[in-house]
Amino acid sequence: MIRLVLPTHLKTLANVSGEVRLDVSGTVTQAAVLDALEAAYPMLQGTIRDHVTLKRRAFVRFYACEQDLSHEPPDTPLPDDVVKGKEPFLVVGAMAGG
Amino acid sequence: MSGVRVLVGTRKGAFVMTSDAKRKRWDIAGPHFAGWEIYHVKGSPADPNRLYASQTSGWFGQVIQRSNDGGKTWEQVGSKFEYEGVPGTHQWYDGTPHPWEFKRVWHLEPSLDDPDTVYAGVEDAALFKSTDAGQTWKELAGLREHDTGKHWQPGAGGMCLHTIIIDPRNPKRMFVAISAAGAFRTEDAGATWLPVNRGLRSAQIPDQDAEVGHCVHRIAMHRSNPDVLFMQKHWDVMRSDNGGDSWQEVSGNLPTDFGFPIDVHAHEPNTIFVVPIKSDSEHYPLEGKLRVYRSRTGGNEWEALTNGLPQENCYVNVLRDAMSVDSLDSCGVYFGTTGGQVYASPDAGDTWEPIVRDLPAVLSVEVQTLS
Repeated sequence: MIRLVLPTHLKTLANVSGEVRLDVSGTVTQAAVLDALEAAYPMLQGTIRDHVTLKRRAFVRFYACEQDLSHEPPDTPLPDDVVKGKEPFLVVGAMAGG
Repeated sequence: MSGVRVLVGTRKGAFVMTSDAKRKRWDIAGPHFAGWEIYHVKGSPADPNRLYASQTSGWFGQVIQRSNDGGKTWEQVGSKFEYEGVPGTHQWYDGTPHPWEFKRVWHLEPSLDDPDTVYAGVEDAALFKSTDAGQTWKELAGLREHDTGKHWQPGAGGMCLHTIIIDPRNPKRMFVAISAAGAFRTEDAGATWLPVNRGLRSAQIPDQDAEVGHCVHRIAMHRSNPDVLFMQKHWDVMRSDNGGDSWQEVSGNLPTDFGFPIDVHAHEPNTIFVVPIKSDSEHYPLEGKLRVYRSRTGGNEWEALTNGLPQENCYVNVLRDAMSVDSLDSCGVYFGTTGGQVYASPDAGDTWEPIVRDLPAVLSVEVQTLS
């Protein structure tokens, strides 16, 4: 079971509170987690990564285990602690004013 | 009982304001979609309870919301705006080719007779259409693929399609405007488009009367006279009497002819309203006095409307989609400012009162007249 934390605005869109828990089959990669998230919450399609290119939106970051995974290739396996559910995969809105 | 519903989009959410026909006491609901930029909210002329809203964020992209109960509740619908084919390039600010990239929806224009049909004007400039109440969107690619498209350049606010006008006599005839490409007209429901910019002159482009490249800020039409169009350009207020085939300047005695919105009185097709702004770099009223200007002659002769508006120390702007009119017997005029005020006049601009003073910066104002 993958634990995923959404930023506040996306929790509102998805109508969830707290962590999201996802079943991800096969190798647990960033892309696989986001595929599972968007399948469970289709209203999030396009908000984290582009609808068409599936590239991460510029001001969204992915963190886990105190590491910035934003620039990792989407098919890179996530850390074991994320795969085992010990640590959450964090989707974060980049820091900015406004 | 008749009344009005004012739909306000701001930098941090949407607000729905309602009043009876006196337009003196207001109920204000919101913010809806708190924290998001709401570029535009507009109701269907065919079903006033059907609203569409463009919810957008620099972080999380584009969301489209739909309401079936006049804005009390909302549901998220489709937000996949995918250009048809290989989008190609337009010109970037430095003149180099730049790939077309979808950024946000600036304007939503519901069909005049079908609540489930709605058009979206987007940045980078293109026109999309939904016929399933916003669930799916298809580009009307003939516009972006016009021969001139590769030469279009963004204005300072981005290359946005911000104006969509449907001819009430013939829904296949539409006008759009793009900053900074100009105005375009279709006669075949969006399959093909003709630039309609003859008569415009823009000192900011190398060929001042070029076919395209003009920074049109807003176009307005009166339903009773669809061949007459009024335009607020980057500089200059313009008028066309032939559906955009040619334009003439009607800035007349305006103290400055820079501005963003323009609108037409609901019952007087030759009465128009603008909000002059000092200049392209000083986006605030002249002398700190917020004045709406009204022409009852379709331009050229203008009078300042000041009663109830701040006449000192006012340095707000009024954006292109932030003015609207109702169609009650005494036509109401409404506009919102970047300072968060929404002003209403129940008497065609003679007197003004703020509905609300302290919203986030107002991006858009639309009004529905309710029976």
